[in-house]
Amino acid sequence: MIELLREPFMQRALLAALVTGLAAPVIGTYLVQRRLALLGDGLGHVAVTGVALGLWTGFAPTWTAVAVAVLGAVAIEAIRDRGHTSGDLALALLFYGGLAGGVMITGLAEQGAVTLQRYLFGSITSISISDIWFTLGLALVIVVLGLGLLPQLFTVAQDQDFAKVAGLNVRGYNLLVAVLAAVTVTVAMRTVGLLLVSALMIVPVAASQQLARSFRATIGGAVAVGAGAGVGGLLVAAYLSEEHDLTVAPGPAIVLLALACFVATWPVGVLLRRRQRRRRPFPALPTDEHLVIDAHDHVHGPDCGHPAIPHGDHVDYVHDGHRHAPHGEHYDEH
Amino acid sequence: MSSSPSDPSVPDSPVIDLRDGAVVIAGRPVLRRVDLTVRSGEFVTLLGPNGSGKSTLVRALTGLRPLARGTLTLFGTPLESFRDWHRLGFVPQRAGAASGVPTSVREVVASGRLTRRRGLRPASRADRAAVESALELVGLADRAKDSVATLSGGQQQRVLIARALAGGPDLFFLDEPTAGVDLPNQQALAGALHALSEAGSTIVLVTHELGPLAPLVDRTVVLRDGCKVYDGPPLAVDDAHGHHHPEAGRHDHHPGVIAPMDRRDEEVTW
Repeated sequence: MIELLREPFMQRALLAALVTGLAAPVIGTYLVQRRLALLGDGLGHVAVTGVALGLWTGFAPTWTAVAVAVLGAVAIEAIRDRGHTSGDLALALLFYGGLAGGVMITGLAEQGAVTLQRYLFGSITSISISDIWFTLGLALVIVVLGLGLLPQLFTVAQDQDFAKVAGLNVRGYNLLVAVLAAVTVTVAMRTVGLLLVSALMIVPVAASQQLARSFRATIGGAVAVGAGAGVGGLLVAAYLSEEHDLTVAPGPAIVLLALACFVATWPVGVLLRRRQRRRRPFPALPTDEHLVIDAHDHVHGPDCGHPAIPHGDHVDYVHDGHRHAPHGEHYDEH
Repeated sequence: MSSSPSDPSVPDSPVIDLRDGAVVIAGRPVLRRVDLTVRSGEFVTLLGPNGSGKSTLVRALTGLRPLARGTLTLFGTPLESFRDWHRLGFVPQRAGAASGVPTSVREVVASGRLTRRRGLRPASRADRAAVESALELVGLADRAKDSVATLSGGQQQRVLIARALAGGPDLFFLDEPTAGVDLPNQQALAGALHALSEAGSTIVLVTHELGPLAPLVDRTVVLRDGCKVYDGPPLAVDDAHGHHHPEAGRHDHHPGVIAPMDRRDEEVTW
């Protein structure tokens, strides 16, 4: 295993997994904020056509994939902007057109399924030096723009009308996010494959937002989960392949590790949210009437075990469907 | 918080000047022949039944809806060449302030500061101070770190107002800020708007029910079916919505969709 880590191809793979894991969730967070979690998937399918075009024409498939995915992103943004088709339907059209086009053109190129499969499911261990520079460069662009323009991109995704009246170029920023998503797809293509690209953008965000209370914490946590899953998944795959003679592809291992992070954080998030909901103060409405409870042998207090929920200028103790507020010697039903 | 009127030398200079405004949506004229002049420091409410064009008018005044005809100037500048967006504070009609990702109250309010921040520059000390004082004014300073999704509807509305405040504008547009907001939150809102109005801000408010905001209003504009039918001293809301459309049924632009709450057989109270 240690020897494997000394191999140049493994070091290149680790670097690619790390930067992909860092960059993909940055754009993924904006997609989740816009409720466009599946956009990455749509662009991934479009990029299949791009890869096939590269195989057919003899250009580098990575560059043709970038070009076609960016065109797809611009097209879907234009459709969304005009509002003629729902984003949902536009995505579906993209899915099918991209995949069908890709498979057909690959057939024309007589490259067969094997070459295409490298791009569909990733082939991180066969990354060349030039691929590494390509990955590093684009990942840097994604992270610098995605984090540097965070206030603007956040505001546009949060509330388009407000952003427009604030003087922001809403159409421009929307297009930027779509184009960055397309670039992310092609960067992650070699790592996890086009069919799992979106997972690396979205799943870390889903894991992170279980515990986060702010946008910045979500994006930070997602980047940490993405980078950790990228490197961790690759190491797990390498370990299982090397020591136990199993055939484990790195791409799926990376995605499954990210999903495991979500499975681990989700119950904690559910608990946190439930607790928050139960501790929310009752609204203080002016009322004239209240019911006095006569017999009550239990004494409510800070340590009585019943949740004490703020209600105006006092607290209500919650038990068995009652809200009991101490009032002199007795309790009032609120 | 900036509080200076649009032009200190001319205290009554028009902040908004709309002449013969018309808005066409999907081929149907929605607003017609609307003239509206709002002077610096005025508190104007736009009233009218559902579909009368109140929100459309506010969207036209903020540049969100293009005018099909007519002219609009803001602070004396035609809308086409208007660039002083930091002078506008907009509170859009929204169900809440939450989105697909957890967002803290402070982050939402800080986004209002973007009217003054440009490019990749980080937030300055003045930016942070403006966000804090906006939170103070709406009474949510203690919730700044909480996720907006955990706030009640009324508190989320106050967050959106704080967001508009953060840019330090002197002209506010509020679209139904009290819809679905409980009374204590409406009172908190009225307090914040009162402070703004006192400081000299111009306020344009679209609403169905004035509630605790009624004492603040200087002037009322009533729209019906896309036309201005009243412009003058404040009216009781019942006057604005009741007497002007005695005919049964609705004459708005919602094509035949009737909400389950709407009753045809009795006067709708908004």
